[in-house]
Amino acid sequence: MGYVGARVPRLEDPRLLAGAGHFADDENRPGQLWMRIVRSTVAHARLRSVYVAEALAVDGVRAVLTGADISLPAIPIRVGPKADDLQPYLQSALARDRVRYVGEPVAAVLADDPYLAEDGAELVEIDYEELTPVLDARAAGQAGQPSLFDGQSNEAALVTASFGDAAAAFSTAARVVELEVSVGRQTAVPIEPRSLLASFDAAGEQLEIWGGTKVPHFNRRVLAAALGLEPGQIRVHRSDAGGGFGVRGELYPEDLLVPYLARQLGRPVKWTEDRAEHLMAVNHSRDQLHRIAGAFDAEGRLLGIRDEIWHDNGAYLRTHGLTVPELTASMLPGPYRMAGFEAAVHVVLTNKTPCGTYRAPGRYEGTFARERLLDAAAAELGLDPIELRRRNLLTPAELPCNRELRALGTDVVLDAGDYPGLLERAVAESGYRAWEREARDRRAAGRLVGAGAAMFLEKSGLGPYEVAEVEVTPSGQVCVATGGTSLGQGIETVLAQITADALGVGPADVTVIPGDTGLLGDGLGSWASRSTVVGGSAAHCAAEATADLARQAAAVLLDACPEDLSLRGGRLVTAPAGDGPDGVSRSVTLGEIATALAGGPAGRSLPAGPLRARREFAVEHMTYPYGVHFAQVEIDPGTGAVEVLRYFVAGEVGHAINPATVEGQFVGGALQGISGALLEEVQYDSAGQPLTASLIDYLLPFASESVGVVTLVAEDHPSASNPLGAKGAGEAGITATGAAVASAVADALGAPGMALRLPISPERVRELLAGQAR
Amino acid sequence: MKDVHPVCITVNGTKHELTVEARRTLADVLRHDLGYTGTHIGCEHGICGACTVLVDGRPARSCLMFGVQADGQSVETVEGLGAPGALDPLQQAFTDHHGLQCGFCTPGFLMLVTAFLRENPAPTDEEIREAISSNLCRCTGYQGILKAVRAAADAAQDR
Repeated sequence: MGYVGARVPRLEDPRLLAGAGHFADDENRPGQLWMRIVRSTVAHARLRSVYVAEALAVDGVRAVLTGADISLPAIPIRVGPKADDLQPYLQSALARDRVRYVGEPVAAVLADDPYLAEDGAELVEIDYEELTPVLDARAAGQAGQPSLFDGQSNEAALVTASFGDAAAAFSTAARVVELEVSVGRQTAVPIEPRSLLASFDAAGEQLEIWGGTKVPHFNRRVLAAALGLEPGQIRVHRSDAGGGFGVRGELYPEDLLVPYLARQLGRPVKWTEDRAEHLMAVNHSRDQLHRIAGAFDAEGRLLGIRDEIWHDNGAYLRTHGLTVPELTASMLPGPYRMAGFEAAVHVVLTNKTPCGTYRAPGRYEGTFARERLLDAAAAELGLDPIELRRRNLLTPAELPCNRELRALGTDVVLDAGDYPGLLERAVAESGYRAWEREARDRRAAGRLVGAGAAMFLEKSGLGPYEVAEVEVTPSGQVCVATGGTSLGQGIETVLAQITADALGVGPADVTVIPGDTGLLGDGLGSWASRSTVVGGSAAHCAAEATADLARQAAAVLLDACPEDLSLRGGRLVTAPAGDGPDGVSRSVTLGEIATALAGGPAGRSLPAGPLRARREFAVEHMTYPYGVHFAQVEIDPGTGAVEVLRYFVAGEVGHAINPATVEGQFVGGALQGISGALLEEVQYDSAGQPLTASLIDYLLPFASESVGVVTLVAEDHPSASNPLGAKGAGEAGITATGAAVASAVADALGAPGMALRLPISPERVRELLAGQAR
Repeated sequence: MKDVHPVCITVNGTKHELTVEARRTLADVLRHDLGYTGTHIGCEHGICGACTVLVDGRPARSCLMFGVQADGQSVETVEGLGAPGALDPLQQAFTDHHGLQCGFCTPGFLMLVTAFLRENPAPTDEEIREAISSNLCRCTGYQGILKAVRAAADAAQDR
């Protein structure tokens, strides 16, 4: 057996541990200007005028530009529907005559150093005609509310999804359970702020960019169109990135401005945001209110679900368009059987920072709503919550299951799996029944301890394709260029393991170069838990093709039949001549083959070109990981603080290419989600001023809040969609955290089915204790 | 009119004489004036600890210190630990125990823990947790970092 499936040490680590990574702000170019963005300080206003003269007078300030000075198109939707009726809601790089959230870019100041740029920015004066801000999502779409966009409804879209006959399900139900649940506004907060550097070479008409990540090829196409260049004239360099989680690497206003201004001003332009900017400029997420209802028969069988959802998308539709609302609706049925389903999502715009995806977008929220519904139903029907779920999970015999729903332009077809089997295994391995007993015993002794569970269905491996190119150099080094990007997930290690196995070398012999448009002309990028599934499969196919090419060439060089050659230790080896153990093998190394192909011996008919192959790997459907989370918590009755005592994540990943990185994704995702369940919320006051624009106010978990997460990485049902059998592992750790923590909190309070609003802050717990909230 | 001052800062044993503006942070001096880009800036308000360096042996948030305040002092950064091909035992423990993912917060943790283990070479698990609770990591959930520090401390005791 090779390196796939082994706990190979991460190839990224040595450079990162030595401080030798290449993060965006580490790059500088001689003569560069530093950009500082002047942002709106009010939530909703007409811009009367923007005065820049004082800023321009600062020694070292070279330019100040407002929306009137630039000519750039609105930022297009990258994912999902791009219908004409969504176009009015797109964001421009700089506001022109209206601002719609605190933090919206109004002007760009360019100076010789970042301190001077900030000096200049403080002197830009904006004259606002303030308008009433729209802040309540449920009211925003109703008549009489101020419009964010003149002549347009604040409800940008109504996203619907359905299958079967929900009306029949509800009319025949023995019991209907209805809840109102909500998830507060949150944001991902990668520890590296955003940063970008662009340099335009006027003579060569080439634009170079450092700091692009996630989807560099897509962003390059948008930039090329916006700047009137060919994509080939733009090179996005490979970059390390300090965490992605959905927010990093999308095309934000600053990502258009920096390259545009580098070209306009004829000097390299660099921009690095500070944390306060980040918290009001980068995509927010979650922020949904669900009115969910479930129809059950007398035995607790789920007949149907209806859900009406208000999705507060903030002030604009950004690159994700309707992605999060679509995923919320299409993934809401989860792993359960039901005859009818109906969801309608009001996509509402308000005077807050615009939203996009954040790790497990739509699923974190939808899983919370659905699993709270099941807990409430179990309580009303007098059933054990695990038993209620077991009765309703789709069985292996019912898979694959075509949900007759669409998500991200694909049909939702749930692939191979055993949902009840994993639930049973997880209950046994975690000792969850003992957690429940222990909680009951402690409650009997007067403490507030509870246990809770939640199932989840994830999606991963979004297509349509990914690209990889594998090349062996004459020195024998193997290089892999991939369209995926390095965000901390370990893509370099995982692709090296896959490539190493195909070429019979070690992972250390493989150099993976992610997301460099100069080395690979096409690619899709790293998002939607697709890097291993689709990017890994592309690397696998390219490496196999390279191995085939090496075999053909070796057959010529060794004068042997290709079928008689074996590939091991970086060599093509002939079968031993003669019989028995004394036979002598002949061999040629991959490096020697590459050398021969580069300028081969005369008279031999070697394959043409270098020892290299490029492959696209395409998928038609996504592949669906699934699993279960268990939590045990204790509440401090005095403060209302919730401590997570135990946490368990079980997830089916098909085939773990590197179990250590999969566990790392599960554990890290779990704490991020637990923190979302208990601590994190972006808050605004009644004027639309953000109250959480620092890490003093937007609470993140330190090690003191960390939880000993136990994982079960199941590999029982490989995906048939790809040669690796892999399902994505990036989001399974977070998806059910809100639901499981809330379930445990409600149990601790002796109020199963309660705890319907995330995050469950100490204040909310005290309200729950006092019976003043659900 | 810029308010500039000559300073002499020793970084990882190398003496640097330069002129810096009074308001320039030590983090910017290290990163952009002296090229020690291993020190990262994550929040610029003293919460995340990514910019942690050692100033005369003690951990300091280099985003909350001005460069001029480091005049005449000795600063240690991540570049003073092991190089990529020759990691020191603490760095090695971080990779062995999956103590990093994106690696952006890692230099801050390494410097913090370097000072912590000098001061407390045989810490309890609770002391380790308390010590590393001054820095933020968004990827790992801290479990790998806790294990790495435990392993590095134990290995140093065994030597």
